[in-house]
Amino acid sequence: MRRLRTLAAGAASVPITLFGLVLITFVIGRIVPIDPVIAIVGDHAPPDVIAHVRAELGLDKPLPVQFLIYVDRLLHGNLGRSVMTTHPVTTDIAHYFPATIELATAAILIALAVGIPLGVFAAARQGSRFDHVVRVLSIGGQSVPVFVLGLIFLLVFYVKLGIAPGTGQQSVIYEGMVPYVTGMHVVDAALSGQWDAFEDGLAHLALPALVLAYYSLGYITRMTRAYMIDALRGEYIVTARAKGLSARRILWRHAFGNIAVGLITVIALAYANLLSGAVLTETVFSWPGLGLYLTVSLLNADMNAVLGATLVVGLVYIGLNLLADLAYRLFDPRVR
Amino acid sequence: MSARVEMRGLRVSFPSPRGPVEVVRGVSLDLGAEKLGIVGESGSGKSLTARAILKLLPAAAHIRAERLRFDDIDVLTAGERQMRAIRGRRAGLILQDPKYALNPVMTAGAQIAEAWRAHHRGRRRQAMEAAVELLAQVRIRDPARVAGLYPHELSGGMGQRVMIAMMLAPDPELLIADEPTSALDATVQAEILRLIDDLVSRRGMGLILISHDLPLVSHFCDRVMVMYAGRVVEELRAADLAAARHPYTRGLLDCMPSLLHPKPRLPVLARDAAWNE
Amino acid sequence: MSMALFRDWLLSDAPESRRQAACGRAYRGWLSLRHNPLGMAGLLTIVFLLVVSLGAPLLSTQSPDTQHLTLRLAPPSAAHWLGTDQLGRDLYTRLLYGGRITLGMVVAVVAVVAPLGLVVGAVSGYLGGLADRLMMRVTDIFLSIPQLILALAFVAALTPGITSAIIAIALTAWPPIARLARADALTIRDTDFIAAIRLAGASRTRIILRHVMPLCLPSVIVRITLDMSGIILTAAGLGFLGMGAQPPMPEWGTMIAATRGYILQQWWVPTIPGLAILVASLAFNLLGDGLRDVLDPKQT
Repeated sequence: MRRLRTLAAGAASVPITLFGLVLITFVIGRIVPIDPVIAIVGDHAPPDVIAHVRAELGLDKPLPVQFLIYVDRLLHGNLGRSVMTTHPVTTDIAHYFPATIELATAAILIALAVGIPLGVFAAARQGSRFDHVVRVLSIGGQSVPVFVLGLIFLLVFYVKLGIAPGTGQQSVIYEGMVPYVTGMHVVDAALSGQWDAFEDGLAHLALPALVLAYYSLGYITRMTRAYMIDALRGEYIVTARAKGLSARRILWRHAFGNIAVGLITVIALAYANLLSGAVLTETVFSWPGLGLYLTVSLLNADMNAVLGATLVVGLVYIGLNLLADLAYRLFDPRVR
Repeated sequence: MSARVEMRGLRVSFPSPRGPVEVVRGVSLDLGAEKLGIVGESGSGKSLTARAILKLLPAAAHIRAERLRFDDIDVLTAGERQMRAIRGRRAGLILQDPKYALNPVMTAGAQIAEAWRAHHRGRRRQAMEAAVELLAQVRIRDPARVAGLYPHELSGGMGQRVMIAMMLAPDPELLIADEPTSALDATVQAEILRLIDDLVSRRGMGLILISHDLPLVSHFCDRVMVMYAGRVVEELRAADLAAARHPYTRGLLDCMPSLLHPKPRLPVLARDAAWNE
Repeated sequence: MSMALFRDWLLSDAPESRRQAACGRAYRGWLSLRHNPLGMAGLLTIVFLLVVSLGAPLLSTQSPDTQHLTLRLAPPSAAHWLGTDQLGRDLYTRLLYGGRITLGMVVAVVAVVAPLGLVVGAVSGYLGGLADRLMMRVTDIFLSIPQLILALAFVAALTPGITSAIIAIALTAWPPIARLARADALTIRDTDFIAAIRLAGASRTRIILRHVMPLCLPSVIVRITLDMSGIILTAAGLGFLGMGAQPPMPEWGTMIAATRGYILQQWWVPTIPGLAILVASLAFNLLGDGLRDVLDPKQT
């Protein structure tokens, strides 16, 4: 019961944030210089047609009413139709989002596998040469523009060394061979048992995932290091040493054990930020995900698609933060 | 079964922008199966002196001595591996505040069992049983339940009992208690000290009790060492406390209100720069 | 006043005026920053970038927009130190002028965001209550969408261009600063010296302006310096996606977007502006990191 209540407390601010998110997308949709009616019926439509469409879209009503109509549409899962693809935006997003999740998940796994040990050992040897190298490495990760890194990776590993495949999710020969199940190409290939296509997919995934991984590696490493330094100053570390425990056990069981729950928040934030980085990475690697969909829609001034994608990313962002918060409340004995 | 600690001319210094600052300046002590009290104010170096025996000093501390031995082990040259064989197994350390000294995300039982397992062979299950048994030894009423509690669910007195149980788990020969009651309520303080005293006597262990409370220490210990500004200014048998000569020790004693000899006004400790030399 | 005397005046343990104390503190900060090699490297790089950008007309040999269609994509040579781009424009010259755009955008964004974030954060943190809760919800909402994506949506609505990019980045960059200033203001609010000032009869405005805000400043400065790197990356990202500065402006991200197709043969053409972005963003991150050690030693 008490646990339920703490969980509810964590979720309390979510509706307000959601409302704000919807409001922002609504406002953005209203300041567009292009008249949405003209965009649909064209410049030369007769005035009565324009008026008719305007009324149909609810655009002749006062702004608050328009906002309510907008909210109502969203609640019914209606994000409007993409001018570019002519599909409903929800259909488009459902189609493109899995590829982004595939990419971002691969990236976060790499970043965690590398970043957490780096941060832990840098904290254990604070001020050492290793610590300085890690510091420069992680500052580098936060400084390098992902699209430049992507281009350089393509240049080095694909063009010069020839050890990585080019852009896209798969080689041309596998085009259309893997049935669409989850939308995550590598997973689908594995599900259908096409191991050569699976391997090919992994190879295509490697470069963009590495680029994205480096992007969040810096953040994860720095936060891990900072948390660890704080934890290692704790009196309970002296206790653990006085018990005669090994350095490894003190470092991982006692110090890391104390920060692990706090790191969940960091990881959630890093993952959400990967969605940002994915926009640029997908553009460089022609990765058919939400980021690419967003940029192509932007260039075509396809506002329904742009706002729909923004809204979905915002939702995922809020959802991840909520999950991290809940995890914190569930797993940390101090909160529980 | 008690170990001998031999310390000659211990010096501990910390680096600062203006060169190293010495905070322990030539302390010597000898200890067998007895109870030694170290008394001094904050910053007098009493805690660092005791922790130097286990080499549990902050990373920045620089330690020197003519001689520092724990039984047959030369602590000065001992590596981390050798020190680990002393820590816990042969000498335990009880810290001031269980609120900070216990790992907040491990249950009391798990922390005690961990100490037990670090120095005994045995399964997880056995270690847990040992932990409950130890909790009973430190006179916790419902040991099985307390073993499952997290530190923030324990009172200060209970936390300190858990700490003691944890340090007794490997069955050490020496116990260093660094202000074990300063963070506790006055009512619990005496209980905890009596518990430590009792366990140490029964097991025939050596004890170093660090405190800023001179009468309290002299009550529980055989011998008292008074430290001031990184030096030992006076060392005497607890029974001879009344015969203390150093003005700092006298000052500390005179600061205590007494029911038998009431004074209209308690004197304020007047410090002398010469004590620093 | 001789140098040595001036130094003594700065390092005096007993400053005679507020100004002397403030100068002394700044000088001590400088002394400790000077011993931070990475921070100094960042600072020197920023100074270098500023000088080179401001001096672009003097340092360059050509106009950034002059096209030599016969000399397209030429490799580096004596006439064109970094080669030419797809329209035969001198890359070195365009790189210099690009620095003006990038740094100009950074300055413009910071000029809006720093005071805004500081005031909003300090006021809501100090006042607390409803105003505070409202402010925090607003920042929450802005923080619930990744910066680049929100900026993209704004720019799309405003028509792509430098001004829109600056507005969009500024809109997305102030909430974290307000958050930070608020956290500081919250702790400052409950200190004894603020209670003492309040007892002395100081007005709210005076307390916030003279006592709370100056104390929020160190962490805000650190954060802004680190944010400048983020602003550079976002601006370049917008340019790369065609939503920031528009061609033929020599903005670095835009330059990469226009020439990324040449990565296979003339790889240096898109790579050079890429390195420029990296250097600029790295410089601000290094300086921010160094400043954090100097100004905000609590955080690691």
